[in-house]
Formats: sequence, structure tokens, C-alpha cells
Amino acid sequence: MAPKLMMADVMTDDKEDRRYPSETHRRQRGKNLAMLVVLVGLVVLFYVVAIVRMGGN
Amino acid sequence: MRSAWSASGASPGDYIALLKSRVMSLVVFTGLAGVLVAPGAIHPVLAAVAVLCIAVGAGASGAINMWYDRDIDAIMNRTRGRPIPTGRVAPGDALGFGVVLATASVAIMGLAVNFAATALLAAAVLFYVFVYTMWLKRRTPQNIVIGGAAGAFPPMIGWAAVTGGVSVESLLLFALIFFWTPPHFWALALYSRGDYEKAGVPMLPVVAGKAETKKQMLLYTVLLVPLSVAPAWLGFAGWIYGVGALLLGLTFCAAAISVLLETDRSAKRMFGFSIFYLFALFAMLVADASPGMAG
Repeated sequence: MAPKLMMADVMTDDKEDRRYPSETHRRQRGKNLAMLVVLVGLVVLFYVVAIVRMGGN
Repeated sequence: MRSAWSASGASPGDYIALLKSRVMSLVVFTGLAGVLVAPGAIHPVLAAVAVLCIAVGAGASGAINMWYDRDIDAIMNRTRGRPIPTGRVAPGDALGFGVVLATASVAIMGLAVNFAATALLAAAVLFYVFVYTMWLKRRTPQNIVIGGAAGAFPPMIGWAAVTGGVSVESLLLFALIFFWTPPHFWALALYSRGDYEKAGVPMLPVVAGKAETKKQMLLYTVLLVPLSVAPAWLGFAGWIYGVGALLLGLTFCAAAISVLLETDRSAKRMFGFSIFYLFALFAMLVADASPGMAG
């Protein structure tokens, strides 16, 4: 049982390392997420402003 | 200490640091004050968008300023920890970031609010970048006097967002910050004189000396007293605001006299008080404009 668990842990660590092989990649992922938040926020902003301005007319 | 420029090494926090958030907070507050004090009505969502655009425009101006001034920022103790001198953000990335934010803030203001607020926001950003940062800052000891006008735009922009235009009252709000800016920044320059001298920035204490700077600081604080009370005279603030503004103004003058007579420690205290002064003045204006608070 113990060796199986250790292998699973190693496999998870390997998977993480393959996805984010370096600090640079982790930072880039952070920036990508920030950009996603900004873009979604802009979509919501334009939608809300459009609704408000149409309601004023 | 510089490391190799590496755009991919920057984190979102490094980009946020480009926006000069401490300056932004003052800009946001005075812009919001302009919205709240202006006569008339605006939908709360559009008011929030207007204040957001003012904040982003101010932050964008700060980012472009950090790009342009990266050489002197690297020399000055106060600024050498900024993202570009430390190599956390590449210069080109900072410039692109600033330009995109500036363009977006002006565009969104134009789409959501009105032409007057948009024009004033664009003017403020362009003035700060081209007139203050690129032209005046390194050329004249009056850099902060003229260039400080950029920081005086936010309440006018907020006012224009509501009313669609400029008025005597909004120009008065502009004047309050315009005449506040020199004593505020010269207090900083007095106790950071060595830093500015090292970087070759012709701030007044470096060019004309401490004595002349202190005299001019006192002059501006004296001028601020009648200006700050003027909203009560003009009738868009009540007597409670008038009395409060007078007391604050006299305290500011006392701080300037203390700087004139004493040491550089007084300059540091005056710098701190100047920030409180502006916040308190605009907070009183907003409180006075609230329903049921007519003084």
C-alpha cells in the first residue's frame, strides 16, 4: 500500500512540474488569469452600461 | 541593481505597482467628490464608471511616467524599488500597459458618460505625460506648479460627468488642488533634496535653496485659505464647511510657518498634514453636499 501511495504522489508532482515547469510559467499563468478577469470584467461593464443607458432613453 | 529585462518574469502585482496606487487614492477621492458635489443627477452605475475611468487614467499616467523616468528612478532612493529599475517589468511592457489603460479609460468614459468628462480626462492624461513628465519636470523648478494642474483635473472631471460641462464651481475645485500641489510637493522635495539633486531634477529646493522654497510654500498656503473658504461664499457649501475650511487652512499656514522657522523634520510633518488637509477639505465638501446637511 505504502509504495502505491508514494507513486501517486510522485506522479502528481511530475504532472504539476510538467504543467508549470518554472517560476516563469507560474507567473505567466498568473498574468493570464488576471487578463481573463479583466476581459470578463470589461464584458460585464459594457453590458451593464448598455442596459443603463438604454433604460435612460 | 538591474537584472536582465524579462517581461515574463513580472507578476500581476508588479504591473499594479506601476499605477502609483497611493496617488490614485487621492485622485479617486477628489474625482468622487466632484461627482457627489455637482448639482444634478447621474445614474450610480455611470458615476461609478466615471470614477473608475478617472482612477485608471491616473494609474495609466503613472505607468507612463515610470517608463519615462526609469533612468532617474534608478538613481533616487525613494524610487529605486519601483518595478522598472528593479527589472521586474520591462520598460516596453510598462509603456504598453500605460498606453492601453489610458486609451481604454478615455474610450470607456466616452462610451458611458459624456463628451465633457472624456475630453477633460484625455486632457489630464496628456498634460501629465507630455507637459509635466516629458517637458517640465527636468527643465524648470516651476515643474510642479504648472505640471501639478494634471492632478487638479479629477474633481472637474467628476463634476463634468454629472453636469456635462465646466463651471465656476468646478474651476474652484480645480484651483484648490492646483494651489495645494506646490506646498505639498515642495515639502517632500525639502526632505528629499539630496535625492533630487543626485538625479538632476530641478526641484525648487535644489535650484533656489531651502529658504526661498519655504517662503513660497507659505505664500501658497496663505493663498489657499480664501480659496478653500470660497465654496461657502459662492453658495455651494454651507457655513459649517466654511468654518472647517478656515480652521484647516490656518493650520496648514501654521505648518508652513513651522517649516520656515525650523528644521527639515517640520517639512516631513507638513507633507503628511498636506495629505490629510486635502482629504479633510474634500470630505467636508461631500458631507456638506449630502441631503440634510445644508449648513
